[in-house]
Amino acid sequence: MTLTVQQQETLRAAIQDGLPLTARPYATLAQQIQASENDVIGQIQHWLDDGLIKRMGIVVRHHAIGYSANAMVVWNVPDELVDFVAEKMRVFPSVTLCYRRPRRLPDWPYNLFCMIHGRDRHWVLQQIEQLVQHAELQSIPRAVLFSQRQFKQTGGRYARVG
Amino acid sequence: MRGSAETQQTDLALDALDRQLLNRLQDGFPVCDRPYLAVAREFSIDEDELIARIQRLLDTNVLTRFGPMYHAERMGGGLSLAAMAVPVEDFERVALLVNSLPEIAHNYARDHDFNMWFVIATEDRDDVAAVVKKIQALTGYTVYNMPKIEEFYVGLRFAV
Repeated sequence: MTLTVQQQETLRAAIQDGLPLTARPYATLAQQIQASENDVIGQIQHWLDDGLIKRMGIVVRHHAIGYSANAMVVWNVPDELVDFVAEKMRVFPSVTLCYRRPRRLPDWPYNLFCMIHGRDRHWVLQQIEQLVQHAELQSIPRAVLFSQRQFKQTGGRYARVG
Repeated sequence: MRGSAETQQTDLALDALDRQLLNRLQDGFPVCDRPYLAVAREFSIDEDELIARIQRLLDTNVLTRFGPMYHAERMGGGLSLAAMAVPVEDFERVALLVNSLPEIAHNYARDHDFNMWFVIATEDRDDVAAVVKKIQALTGYTVYNMPKIEEFYVGLRFAV
């Protein structure tokens, strides 16, 4: 690893808006930070190995590919059962995300959140029914929050620019 | 896109190869000197064609991002989901204000009393609280901040 801290910061900022669409994108980045292509490849690989970058890839706007029904299903699970219930949700095929979050009492009693994406609401609701059966969640209070509109999807920005 | 405009619905004409590419690229992208060439070869197409297709998928808003997916917390950043209960008649005004902040990564209207749900992403993990305060001051409504306590790994992936 031969990039200076300054070069690393500049590189991080340079790629946060996306990888250059040039035949040698890592060489393009290298030019911007006055380093070698190999150093840039080594640095990015290092960030991947370290988990700072989860992966290189894409974020698909799910509405654009027909996944227009998106339900956030929230559950009020007794604290001591959260891990047990989450494990059953996690492996259910149509669950796409699962998080434990804090309750905000008295207004918000729910502490376990999962997402189910599908092509229409009817299918998503069927999936939720199946999940309830599969994980025996009949007694767990829940709410289903379908998305109505998406206002903004930019992905996070974590690197300083400039 | 800022403001009250919804994310633009595009007239999509994805062909079979586009769909295969979207599936392939969700699994990752190579870190080597000619990464487009490496992926193009998997599909027996030219490097230039792959680049042009990715460019088009970005231009038409099918992709919102192509590049590194950062692990916010390990980068020292802050990431949280927050919600507000906004009266319907005031929703547009509040959406404009919330979306105008660069720390708001995405924002959804959902059908519940808690009807606005957004992700706050900050460079510094300590800045989330300040963003919450700022939104409350700007809008006059309570922001319910619900950062994740634990993530149960699923692996979000869409078959296209």
